[in-house]
Parts: sequence; structure tokens; C-alpha cells
Amino acid sequence: MTTASQEGRPATTIRVETLARVEGEGALSIRLRGARVADVKLKIPEPPRLFEAFLRGRHLTEAPDITSRICGICPIAYQTAAVGALESALGIAVDPMVKLLRRIFYCGEWIESHALHIFFLHAPDFLGAQDAIELAATHRPVVEEALRLKKLGNEIVRVIGGREIHPVSAAVGGFHRAPTRAELAALTEELKWAVDASVRAAKLVAGFEFPPLERDYEFVALQHPDEYAILEGRLVSSHGLDIAVADYEDHFVEHQVKHSHALHSRRKARGAYLVGPLARFNLNFAQLSKLSREVARECACEPPCRNQFRSIVVRAIEMLFACEEALRLIEAYEPPAVVKARWEPRRARGSAITEAPRGSLYHRYEVDENGLILSARIVPPTAQNQKTIEDDLWELTPTLLDRPLEELTWKCEQAIRNYDPCISCATHFLKVRVERG
Amino acid sequence: MSSERKQRIAIFKFASCDGCQLSLLDAEDELLKVAEAVEIAYFPEASRAMMKGPYDVGLVEGSIITHHDADKIQQVRRQCRLLVTIGACATSGGIQALRNWKDAAEFVRTVYPSPDFVQTLKMSTPIAEHVPVDFELRGCPINKLQLVELLSALIAGRKPNIPTYSVCMECKRRATVCLAVSRGEPCLGPVTMAGCGALCPAYGRPCFGCFGPMDSPNTVALAADFAAKGHSHAEIERLFRSYSAWAWQFRRATEERRQA
Repeated sequence: MTTASQEGRPATTIRVETLARVEGEGALSIRLRGARVADVKLKIPEPPRLFEAFLRGRHLTEAPDITSRICGICPIAYQTAAVGALESALGIAVDPMVKLLRRIFYCGEWIESHALHIFFLHAPDFLGAQDAIELAATHRPVVEEALRLKKLGNEIVRVIGGREIHPVSAAVGGFHRAPTRAELAALTEELKWAVDASVRAAKLVAGFEFPPLERDYEFVALQHPDEYAILEGRLVSSHGLDIAVADYEDHFVEHQVKHSHALHSRRKARGAYLVGPLARFNLNFAQLSKLSREVARECACEPPCRNQFRSIVVRAIEMLFACEEALRLIEAYEPPAVVKARWEPRRARGSAITEAPRGSLYHRYEVDENGLILSARIVPPTAQNQKTIEDDLWELTPTLLDRPLEELTWKCEQAIRNYDPCISCATHFLKVRVERG
Repeated sequence: MSSERKQRIAIFKFASCDGCQLSLLDAEDELLKVAEAVEIAYFPEASRAMMKGPYDVGLVEGSIITHHDADKIQQVRRQCRLLVTIGACATSGGIQALRNWKDAAEFVRTVYPSPDFVQTLKMSTPIAEHVPVDFELRGCPINKLQLVELLSALIAGRKPNIPTYSVCMECKRRATVCLAVSRGEPCLGPVTMAGCGALCPAYGRPCFGCFGPMDSPNTVALAADFAAKGHSHAEIERLFRSYSAWAWQFRRATEERRQA
């Protein structure tokens, strides 16, 4: 068996050509020289689809449907960011119940996406399985419970949006159709079960073994005075950032690297940062439900949590929160008095950020007096985390050089999956390759 | 359970949003049964175990927009006894085919500060423009129940029962009031293949054709009808040019009208 740091060997590459259990196409290449890491490249050969270019000339009412096609995993993040940016541009005030319904919609996506990532994409790494199907042979009840949780998240989305992937109800100004109270109330019993199931999930994953990689990340997420922010708020960080969403482009820059079709984001004058569940959890912990905070304590997972491997626990806690939040909001829901607000096109510019399951998603549009889109800019969460993922690998790899190559490679893959990267989003990203010597 | 060898299934991704292959994982009630009935040999989105071909069935998601992918689809075809496209990108080029009417190089310059790093083709093309395709499953996204039906049919060795009539049929069955007739809205239901369950009209909005053209649609006549009702050419063009823009039946609707 060869280990990664046999002195005197020529340069070796740890190479994963097709990174599994991520959304989209990515690869990793790590070049080793003896016990030193010479280079880390997270490659994103996912073909560029050029959304920002073909959005020009489309009608603004099409933006939520078109941009949802960037990602089949988190269409609601795209739809709500698009409508939020356009409503801000056009000065549209939506009905309070529309806001509440959007939050229930988004809770559905968090539950569905977090359940998928926790059990199907991430847990197999901790349990030494290739996939959830293999896991089903040894942990059948866990996989069945995971499927039931995922199905519930999808069901919330289906009730509000007609279908799980690329739902059809989101509109600039509100919704094309709002569900009745009874349609949403029918989800209540399953949500009550899901609260208990999420507590079990959190306790299960909290028992996994976590590699001791802690870094001083700059956590970036939305923050709102009244709630655990998902759809609106100011953009804040653990290192002093506190800005209005409209000022995003003054503080963040995108930078292109040769090996990736996803642009790398940096905070101006600072550098790499981290968005996603860990950022939200650390910045907004006090606003989680009482039960979510208690379970976090029982799981020995409290802020500041700086170990991205533990994000699986944080996802389970956010899933628990999303179930409780959906229950609370469904109780308060009344069909909106104004399902879709009327508006007039005008020349304007507007932006929005929403908290996609994997982190902050920024949209900005400029529109003309006929309602046509003049320019669009979309910054997905995985693009923002890309540099930080590479930085994690620079630190993790040297700690694992005494391990067999297969184990080292797998751990590197796992470190990438910590981010629940969505490569389809990031290119509007992953294969693993480790070179050593 | 028969003692026959299980069918080996592989799932390949090209330019796409991942939504169509996610549909398999979204079939929560059927997933474990499917995994028992077939051998899921290659499905990188769900598994690290990537087994080499040949495969009995290849499910292909996404369109071809890079030289690398144009080569890869040839290899994929050689490895698969049956090749099935899943979704609008693989079947007709997807929303990214909007570049086909424009200058793709200018598109790249719009999105990327260093366009030279980006390798992409001028056109987004469906899989069938590159290799023979045995069956096409429509939709943006596909309907997961149609995917389960397709897999069941393949296991049983029968033809999948997937309707090729229009969304109008599903609308009538659902007893949704016709938006074209009652509100004069430009609805693509009459020319769009069924499969979604006539979702949009039930949500109070006209069909935007995400399942692509039905069998033998008269898209030119429908475009003329929209024009007669006062919709501008630009509006009609946007309507036909979305998720299945490059499907020839949808292209005809606006290209022949312009010639007329």
C-alpha cells in the first residue's frame, strides 16, 4: 500500500476525474511534492450555459422561470431571488401573506435539499458507503426516514408550486395562484412527524467522526431583525461586514480562473469567505427556534462552529428549524388579499439576496420601460465558496499524507461535499485529482 | 424475481440544471424498488461507485455545448444498448439554445471577464443531432412518474406508455377553464406535448411549452392566431423560444411567419 508522503518519489497527483455526489460536473486535482502540497485546483468543466447573456431582451416576467433552470435542486432560491430583485426595481410592495407563503415555499426547499444532502450525498462518506442505496442495506430505517423527509419537503413545494422541480406559481408581484388554507393544513401531521424525525437525524449525524479541521472563516449571510433570515435582510459577516443588499457589488468581486467555468468570488480587500448553513448558524443562532437551539446544544454543536465537516449537523438543525417554521407559518396563513400585485414597467435596477440551502444567492437586474431585461447578474453560493473549498484542501491535505491514497482521496472529496456544492449553479462546477511526489 | 441478469442503467450529464436526473431521487416511493429491480451502474450524482460500461440503458440529461461533450456523447452511445434522452436540454437543446440565434462569443464576453479561458460551441444542440436516440422523455423538468414508467417498461421489455397528444387534453380532463378561449391569453397548450398534467393553466397562467412540441403540432397556425389577436412578433417569438426553442416545430412557428 502506498501512502501519500513517500519521500523521494516523483511528483504525484491525487486526481478525481468525476467528483461524485455533488450536483453537476466537477473535478479535483491536488499536486504533492513530498510532504508538501504544491497545488490545489477545484476544476469546474461544467459547460457554460450563459444565462446572464440570453436573459437580455427577455421579459422580466420570465426571469423567475428562466433562472430556476440554472438549478434543478434549488429552483425556489432562484425564483424568489428573481422576483425579489425585480420587485425592488419596480417598487412593488407585496401582500404580507405573499411574503409568508414564500417563506413556507422556501422551508420546503430547505427540507428537501438538506434531507438530500445529509443522507444521500454526505452521510455515506461518514459511514464508508459509496451511496445511499448501499447504505439502505445496513441502515434501511434511516434511509426510509430520509426519503420520507425529502418527500415532505417536495410535497410543500408541490402544494404551493404545482411540481417539485421548476414549480410554476412564482410571479413578480406575488404568485400566479395561492393555495387554500386547507391545502397547506393537510401538511401539518407530516410536519409534526418531521420535527421528531429531524431531531433523530441531528442526533444520528452528531455521532459521526469529524476530522479536526477548524479555520477562521469569514462567515457571510443575510440577517434580519425579526427572523432567521431566508428571504430578506442585510448582508452581514463575522468580520464586520454589514451592508444593504443593494451595495453587494461594492463589496464583492468575481474573479475568473483558468481551470473553472465558475467565477471565484472574493470580498474586496479581504479575500475568501464562506456562505451556507454554517455561516447562517453562526451569525443568526439566537433566532433559531428554542427546540433547534436545545438540540444543537445536545449535539455539542454551538456557535462558533468552525469545522465544515460538522455542517452535516448544522444542516440537520436547519432542517428541524424549517419543519417547525413551516408548521408555525401554516398555522398563521390566510390566502393573500392580493395574490399578485399590479405593477407598471419602468426603467429601473434592483437586486436581491436569498438564502439558498447552500448559501447566499445574489440577483441583480436592469429593466427598461417595456419590461425587457437590459442586464442581469447572478452570483450563486457555490461560486462564492469555491475559493474557500480550495483553501480547506490546502490545509487538510498535509494532515492526511500518512494515509493510503484511496483514503486521502476520499477525505478530500468529503471536504468538498461539506459545502453541498452545486456545480450546475456555479457555472452558469467538480472532478478530484491529487498529484504527489 | 426472475433469475435473469438485471438491466444495467447509466445516467450521464451534459449541459443542464441536474433537475431531470434529480427526478429519479425525487421518486421517493419508488427509488428503493427501482434500485432493487435494476443495477444502477453509473450515476455520479448519487454514487461514488462508477462502474464501467457497457450498459443496457443510458439516460442522458443535457445538451451538447462543448467539443469535449461532443466527443463524450459518441463514447456514451457506443457503451449503451439503448439510449434515452431525459428532458428538454437533451431532447431539444434547452434554454441555453437561445445562443443559436445570437453571437455565442459575445455571450461568453458578457458573462466571463477572460473569455479566452472558456471553451464552448456556437450552438447548443440536442443529443439526436449527434447520435441515434432510441427514446425521448420530454419536459423541463421531466415528470418523475413518466420516468418510473419508462424504467418499468424497459425492465419488462415493452414500449413505454407515454402520451404524445397535447396539453389541451390534460386541461380538459382536469376541467380547467380554457385560458385561450375565456381570457384570450396566448397559450402554447394546443401544440405542447402532454405530461405535466396541464399544470400552468390550473395555476391560472397560460402554458409556456416546457414539454416541447407534441406529435404533429401546427405551430405556424397557432402563431398566426396569436398575431391576429394582437400579440407582437417579439412576444410570439419569446413564447416559442424558451425551453425547447431549438425544436424544429417551434422554430418553424416564428421563422416561417417571418418569411410569409
